[in-house]
Amino acid sequence: MTRTIASPAAVRQVRYLTWIVVLAVLITVSLVRVLTDQNRMTTPGTLRLALIAACPILLAGLGGLWAERAGIVNIGLEGQMLLGTWGAAFFAYHFGAWAGVAGAIAMGALGGLLHGLATVTFGVDHIISGVAINIIGLGAVGYLAQTFFDGYEGGGPRNLSGYAVPREVTIPGISSAARWVSEQRWFLISDVAGAIAGVTTRLSLLTILALLLVAFTAWVLWRTPFGLRLRSCGESPQAAETLGVNVYLYKYIAVVISGGFAGLGGAYLAMVASSSFTTGQTNGRGYIGLASMIFGNWNPTGVLASSLMFGYADGISLLSNNGPLVHAILLLLAVLLLGYAALKFRRGERMTAYVVAGIAVALFAWYLAVDSVPSDFTGMTPYILTLFVLAVAAQRLRMPAADGKPYRKGQAG
Amino acid sequence: MSQLVRRVTQMVTYSIVPTLVAIAAALLATAAIVWISGAPVGGFLEAMLSVPGQRDLVIIVNQASMIALSAFAAAICFRMNIFNIGVEGQYIIGACAGAFFAGSGIVPGPLNILATLVVAMLAGMAWAMIAAVLNVTRGVSEVISAIMLNYVALTLAGYLVKTYGSKSGYTFTTGTIPPSSQPLGFGIFSGAPDVWALSILAVIVAVGYSFLLGWTRFGFDLRTAGESRTAALANGINPKKMVLITMAISGAIAGLVWMPSFFGSTHTFGIPEYFQRGLGFTGLAVALLGRNTSLGIFFGATLFAFLSTQSNRLQSVGVGRDVVEITQGVVVLMVVIAFEISRRVKARREQESVARELGATSEGVRA
Amino acid sequence: MQVELRGIAKRFPGVIANHDVDLTIRAGAVHALIGENGAGKSTLMKILYGVQGADDGTIVVDGRERHFSSPTDAIEAGIGMVFQHFMLADNLTVLENIVLGAEKMHGIGEKARGRVREISAEFGFDIDPDVRVAELGVAARQRVEILKVLYRGARLIILDEPTAVLVPQEVEVLFANLRELVASGCSVLFISHKLDEVLQIADDITVMRRGTTVGTADPATATRQQLAELMVGAELPSPELSADTVTDTPVLSLRSISLVDDTGRTLLADLDLTIHRGEIVGIAGVEGNGQTELVEVIMGMRRATEGSIVLAEEDITRLSVRKVRERGVGFIPEDRHRHGVVLDFSLWENRILGHQTTAPAVRGPLLSPGGARRDAERIIDAYDVRTPSVHTTARALSGGNQQKFIVGREMSGDPILLLASHPTRGVDVGAQAAIWDHIRRARQEGLGVLLISADLDELIGLSDRLEVILRGHFTAQLDPREVTAQELGTAMTGGAA
Repeated sequence: MTRTIASPAAVRQVRYLTWIVVLAVLITVSLVRVLTDQNRMTTPGTLRLALIAACPILLAGLGGLWAERAGIVNIGLEGQMLLGTWGAAFFAYHFGAWAGVAGAIAMGALGGLLHGLATVTFGVDHIISGVAINIIGLGAVGYLAQTFFDGYEGGGPRNLSGYAVPREVTIPGISSAARWVSEQRWFLISDVAGAIAGVTTRLSLLTILALLLVAFTAWVLWRTPFGLRLRSCGESPQAAETLGVNVYLYKYIAVVISGGFAGLGGAYLAMVASSSFTTGQTNGRGYIGLASMIFGNWNPTGVLASSLMFGYADGISLLSNNGPLVHAILLLLAVLLLGYAALKFRRGERMTAYVVAGIAVALFAWYLAVDSVPSDFTGMTPYILTLFVLAVAAQRLRMPAADGKPYRKGQAG
Repeated sequence: MSQLVRRVTQMVTYSIVPTLVAIAAALLATAAIVWISGAPVGGFLEAMLSVPGQRDLVIIVNQASMIALSAFAAAICFRMNIFNIGVEGQYIIGACAGAFFAGSGIVPGPLNILATLVVAMLAGMAWAMIAAVLNVTRGVSEVISAIMLNYVALTLAGYLVKTYGSKSGYTFTTGTIPPSSQPLGFGIFSGAPDVWALSILAVIVAVGYSFLLGWTRFGFDLRTAGESRTAALANGINPKKMVLITMAISGAIAGLVWMPSFFGSTHTFGIPEYFQRGLGFTGLAVALLGRNTSLGIFFGATLFAFLSTQSNRLQSVGVGRDVVEITQGVVVLMVVIAFEISRRVKARREQESVARELGATSEGVRA
Repeated sequence: MQVELRGIAKRFPGVIANHDVDLTIRAGAVHALIGENGAGKSTLMKILYGVQGADDGTIVVDGRERHFSSPTDAIEAGIGMVFQHFMLADNLTVLENIVLGAEKMHGIGEKARGRVREISAEFGFDIDPDVRVAELGVAARQRVEILKVLYRGARLIILDEPTAVLVPQEVEVLFANLRELVASGCSVLFISHKLDEVLQIADDITVMRRGTTVGTADPATATRQQLAELMVGAELPSPELSADTVTDTPVLSLRSISLVDDTGRTLLADLDLTIHRGEIVGIAGVEGNGQTELVEVIMGMRRATEGSIVLAEEDITRLSVRKVRERGVGFIPEDRHRHGVVLDFSLWENRILGHQTTAPAVRGPLLSPGGARRDAERIIDAYDVRTPSVHTTARALSGGNQQKFIVGREMSGDPILLLASHPTRGVDVGAQAAIWDHIRRARQEGLGVLLISADLDELIGLSDRLEVILRGHFTAQLDPREVTAQELGTAMTGGAA
């Protein structure tokens, strides 16, 4: 979802390059899988798990995108997501699955509204307000669970299970065929089939909703007047103000939507990723969502791609006995990084190339030194990957020009 | 003399009053939440506002000292306008490294305490430097990287204890400090436990903090870089270098956070039984509440220690004790809002007084 | 369209920005509003455009009293405004910037693009609607701003100091455009403090002073002197130098200085420059041609990619900002709020800024608040900084007083070189005259001065020698005693305009 400013030929070339990179990564993955004999790397089961792990991060990332496109840094996503988990459990328990989803969105939006109040109306530092909201969210969810869920059937002071969740669908024919192909362990073809089987088998309606929201976000923000106005508040609120845009209103709308997305992410955690609620269920996914938005360069498709990557890391960290698999992924990472280093070297960014190559060599050495990665380390994977990805990518990214900056009405000009 | 009077009045008007208003508002907001959720509001307020006993007073002092240390670690970064949300991870790593070192008994007797403090500070500093270096060299937001490092720190400490520690009962720990290296506490009440010896660290750090920021050239450079990176750069201060140094100091202070409890009570380290999590976030909140000043931080640390100690009484009146966390979060939010408002009022009043003293001409206008 | 302002008043904390303002803009005329910096022109324009509400008074458009609570109301009434600091979102395209807020007219797609092309062609603007604004130069941005106003069908166009960033040739083009606009039935309100331009373009003139309108003038008969008298109650100060003080002793020498940024763009190309004791060297150039980078390289804020810098026989190419300052370089930065002061520090703390290693502000590694306070008081006296005390924060002072304080601070500690970037930008006439005096005195005392300015009169009047910078190259050397602003403008834009 880029702007239509580059000439068609240049756009075609970029797309063409993107496809080459995607293909190269696929081939590498497949090669490493075959070489290490870690077939779990691309089985439908693993990839389905990855998709499920990716969705909450994706939703948080999109939430972050909505807020930051309007110039508000929403680090309160984590707290809003937490509120969402409770909202989903509470309302689903009483009124059914979709009421739970709506309740989660409402709870998250409430957190967003609070953030808007602090940052837009009172001009508080966005990060500080966000952190306060995370503290409040954590406390509120703990308190609300203690107060309400303790007496419920299937509930306790810190958990609740047994409520209705959205339906799952399996696409007949495609699912079983892809599954069969993936079981043949053919080079490349089985890996792709694994992905297809992963997204066609027992697919939650919430997953479909999450994916649709990527397209929806892209369309609203880049193809409608409303989106143009919202983005202008993140790029130059003063300019927007002098053209009659009610900047406060758009910022409020954006941050409430942002909270709503985070709340939906919370619902996903409490309904799809796991079918029960526990306090503190998000475990930093709100923050990782923010990282996926940054790595996705504040673009919906970028957010989708990077959350799938984080989701994969998160997904395999949940697999049982995943030591050997993570071990194989060390090799995969080393090879991919080496490729990236070569690319950088050719573009003349020698320093970056050397550093990245150094890391790749270190990973390779680690791969050779051990047979399996200890389970404690596999649990760290998503967090380390986040650090890693930001370190490699941060400098070529561009955030909205007025992101996180205070804005007061009547001071334009 | 009039200068002093002016400063005191200013402090009351622009710091103390807004803080008190914010705290009152936060308590009311929490009471409202308790009321909405159908729990007894009267019981809640009574439990929270009751007078703590001797035993609780000691607990409050002990907790406040650790919270204050954590708050100073956060505050020095706030003054430099960086957000060290990684205090949590830095003090976990500091505690883990310090505990391993102290338990090993390499250095004998009371000297072990000093050496352990140094090790804990170095470890906390090293952990902080990861975020600092990523920020300076790669432009990675220190907030997100530090949060990730917090998760990693917790897992890493667990792994280290499990791998290199010893089993005691059902959990792994780092081993106990030799008795010769266990300091005595301050006995204040005969019927209650001692105040931990190393609580004194909070006072030492507070004095150092105030001196460094208020009286030294380095402190001036730090505050300047915090107010305006551009002005710093144009005036001979390298903001990147300041980020590195400030984070290093902050990490070192963070390394000390759990030391009072370690030497005063647990004498060993192991997650979760022999450790107290969450002090890093509490410290951030307290730094904000105390406006990054020593006095303010002591006040805030005592208040937060008071709140969490009092929350133990809540269960008996039928209110979930997590409600106190809501209070703490709301206090932070209310306090920053109150300060923002008072900042605006102050700026306006100052402009008015400048105009008044210079005679009202349109020259003073700056839109 | 005829617009009348009657009895407009606006108060800010402690300050009356506007009072009893009366102004009538005739239909189909260029109306000039003149006054010095801080006279309240900009505030008045913001009121007329609905950015700020008036405390008192009425706005009458074509005989109907209107109330503007936001720019939307003003736009609806047919008023458009081009701000002095352009109101453009750099990362959006020209089209997006133009249709923003006016999406209802032609949507945000093909139809709108066509309309923008149409207007652009009509006025010979040559603007591509799909290019990002970040890629445009100053003059092109101004045309985008005007396009924004025209797109909305404005019939009164307000231009706030539109010529401040343009060279004389570009001013000519702008004026031609304005005349076309007026011919097509629009009214123009033209805000300026440059009297020659006003006399050239205006049909009517209104003068503001100290927040109110003090009179009107007829451009056909009025003279510069009369206007100046109305504006400031006296002759306008003019920059000029006294006897020649230039010596042969070099203070600063740049030898083949080049600067290439991370993306490989050349910002400075092979610059050679020598400034002698007692000499003011002016750098003329359209903004963004390397002036900022030149200063940053000399100060040590950026490292030159190639070449060397010698200050009084010492190579300072690789020294840090602090070391450069310690060697005796005073620095008046172009953006005082970003670089010159810390707004929320008191004046005495701001006295320490940039001088953290030299007495009287410090003693060893410790601060010396007493010393800093006393020296700040000295500056306040010697440089006529109007402030209640040294404890006042810099934010509370007017731009002119902030700037005088900065000049005083930078002249402390016996500097040998003064870098002055736009030293009088945005300050009132009194402060401007004072700052010119201080720069002249510095020259007399044997300092070398590097002067960068967008004010061509200031450059010509105050420099011993002029260098023209264009895309990072020194392209011409001119003698300020002979060159005219027109010729200088030609040189700045690269020859024949």
